[in-house]
Amino acid sequence: MSEIQMPRLSDTMEEGVISTWVKNVGDKVASGDVLVEIETDKAVMEYEAYEDGYLVKQSVSEGETVPIGAVIGVIADSPDAVPEDSGDAGSDEGRHAEPAKEEQAEKADEIKEAAEGSEAEQAEEPAPAEDGPRPRTSPLARRLAREYGLDITRIKGSGPKGRIVRADIEAAREGAARETPHEVEAKEEAKPSAERAVSAPAFDDGRASEELKISNVRKVIARRLTESKQTVPHFYLRRTIDAEALKAFRAQINGQLSSTGVKVSFNDLIVKASATALKLHPAVNTSWVDDKLLQHHRINVGVAVAVDAGLVVPVLHDTDKATLSEISTRTRELAGKARDGKLKPQEMSGGTFSVSNLGMFGVDSFSAVINPPEAAILAVGAMRQEPVVVDGEVVVRNRISLELSVDHRAVDGAVGAAFLKDLAEILEEPMRIIL
Amino acid sequence: MSVITYRQALRDTLRAEMVRDENVLVIGEEIGVFEGSYKITEGLLKEFGPRRVKDTPIAEEGFVGAAIGAAMLGLRPVVELMTINFSLIAIDQIINHAAKIYGMFGGQTSVPMVIRTPGGGGQQLGATHSQNIELFYSFIPGLKVLAPSTPAEASAMLRAAIRDDDPVLFLENLGLYNSKGEVPDDYAEPSNDTVATIGRAKVTREGGDITLIGYSRMAMVAAQVAEKLAEEDIDVEVVDLRSLRPLDRQTFVDSVKKTGAAVICEDDWLTYGIGAEIAASIQEGAFDYLDAPVRRVAMAEVPMPYAKPLETAALPSVESISTAIKETLSAVGKRVG
Repeated sequence: MSEIQMPRLSDTMEEGVISTWVKNVGDKVASGDVLVEIETDKAVMEYEAYEDGYLVKQSVSEGETVPIGAVIGVIADSPDAVPEDSGDAGSDEGRHAEPAKEEQAEKADEIKEAAEGSEAEQAEEPAPAEDGPRPRTSPLARRLAREYGLDITRIKGSGPKGRIVRADIEAAREGAARETPHEVEAKEEAKPSAERAVSAPAFDDGRASEELKISNVRKVIARRLTESKQTVPHFYLRRTIDAEALKAFRAQINGQLSSTGVKVSFNDLIVKASATALKLHPAVNTSWVDDKLLQHHRINVGVAVAVDAGLVVPVLHDTDKATLSEISTRTRELAGKARDGKLKPQEMSGGTFSVSNLGMFGVDSFSAVINPPEAAILAVGAMRQEPVVVDGEVVVRNRISLELSVDHRAVDGAVGAAFLKDLAEILEEPMRIIL
Repeated sequence: MSVITYRQALRDTLRAEMVRDENVLVIGEEIGVFEGSYKITEGLLKEFGPRRVKDTPIAEEGFVGAAIGAAMLGLRPVVELMTINFSLIAIDQIINHAAKIYGMFGGQTSVPMVIRTPGGGGQQLGATHSQNIELFYSFIPGLKVLAPSTPAEASAMLRAAIRDDDPVLFLENLGLYNSKGEVPDDYAEPSNDTVATIGRAKVTREGGDITLIGYSRMAMVAAQVAEKLAEEDIDVEVVDLRSLRPLDRQTFVDSVKKTGAAVICEDDWLTYGIGAEIAASIQEGAFDYLDAPVRRVAMAEVPMPYAKPLETAALPSVESISTAIKETLSAVGKRVG
């Protein structure tokens, strides 16, 4: 019998939501089968069984949130096996440290009995302090906590059954300085929703409000964009481009691609043009992080996608090296995954620049919030026919408004303006997009 | 450097040692006229004659005993036991005589002999001919047990074993005989004096995420596991034990101190197996450096089945070892595929 624990599915994940149980209690499970879909702070991911057997218990029901390492279910050799109540977490660590899975259940019991015997003999060990049992910790984590002078009882474990491992100590050490406000926030979040619901009337204030259940994606958006607007000094550069050539270029390309089924959108062209312009202006392909300026050697353009759960930004890695049809195909694929909540964390990380397009909603222009740690984001408005003066005459031309939001810590006004100038010119002479 | 098989490395090194020292002789079943069940003694009868290449009856206790006597009187016999399973018939000679004589008789005579013998399953030879019982000998003070995993190691260790003054059980493996690897150009020269230091393990691949420990065939499989996991950005450090007695604890303990986690893979059985000793040594030597329990991947606890699918399922594989590594890494918070 073995317990399935909430896995750590992304670097920043602290807890996960059981999105859907794919296997029901009593189902036969083979190693590699998808057991459950888990919503992390970034995506909904499938989690597979590591061994064969039967799912005999779902300890966490759909929609519930539990921390990494919490037991979410039990797999046993027989469908009739009765899972032990794992409520007494903290008692049998180290006794039978994860018996090898070849062991028959009865053998495991034997081992446990024998080990319990020896545990009893060693009962003279100093009794745990009155404030509860010693937290589960790996020996390495204990030694490091001692060396760093950290109080291990204040650290949250992310390993199996909440075991504190080296990663937790390192995180606690790094966070020690700026932990205080963070910790408060984490505690706030950890409060069961029932508790929060009780306090709801306090902010109702005559508006007949009700607290909605929010997704992890929503929480991440709230946290990251607040951080961006509060800590990143934005400045904005606006420019309108003549889109006649771009329109003709797109029609020509799609004519040539018609047999392949690939259809390049204006957004695909703008994404690719951004990558081309970033190549000319590496100073924009940077990040200001912890008082350090990082130059990125890869050009990874993120594309903002609105989905039911909220805004997500899948990333096209090495956008400068991809062809237009590759960009088109990949963007569609990522947007589809985004809508299904199936984006993997690695498909949303590593961006060096973002493009956000609200043209399809008829928005003329807008100022986007930078997606940290990127240094800039391009906001794209709708294409409009406008009267303009060309060669001394008023003519009607298709035009698109662009607005670049820039992190002033990493990029100065003139540098950003030079980038936007080249980007605009590339879009006006679109052959340069692919040169 | 040239690339040859494990089998050829043994054969050519054995021949070179016989040319170098006329006291070296080989003795065993089917090693002369038939040139060895696994062809390690090919050509030796023709070159050195029946005085130094002794075909014996099927009587392991007898010819191992004869070799012990020859060694006590100054010769350097190299016994071939067709498989380690047949050593059971000679186990009293090996444990109670070869291993004890030097100590029990006050150091009056050493027993400079080598018992070469292959272990290993996976060849559909059934339960009695597929065992990995090197543990029996690794348990015995007075014996040395070597377990090379590559042609170069096989050559350097066989030379060391023959020149060593103590009885050495030299563990080969049916699954390694056809494996290939680089050897130094002079590996077969009688004048080659490069001998392996007995009792040293070796880090055969450096890595930072986890230590994977194996020996003999499992050291080869461990290298394959590390290779495969590298594609998934998992950085495995591989330790080849090479010598089961004396056991070089320092090398693998140092490795675990670096990585914080260990998986042991072994072709023998889990319960009381070699891996149990390694795991115990790790917690003694590196307790404060462990971030996760030490895991062992071993043969299933059954007599080896004959049927191929069952035999394959019973043995540790690249997949089962990879799974143990990923589970261990996920327990220490390292993100894995």
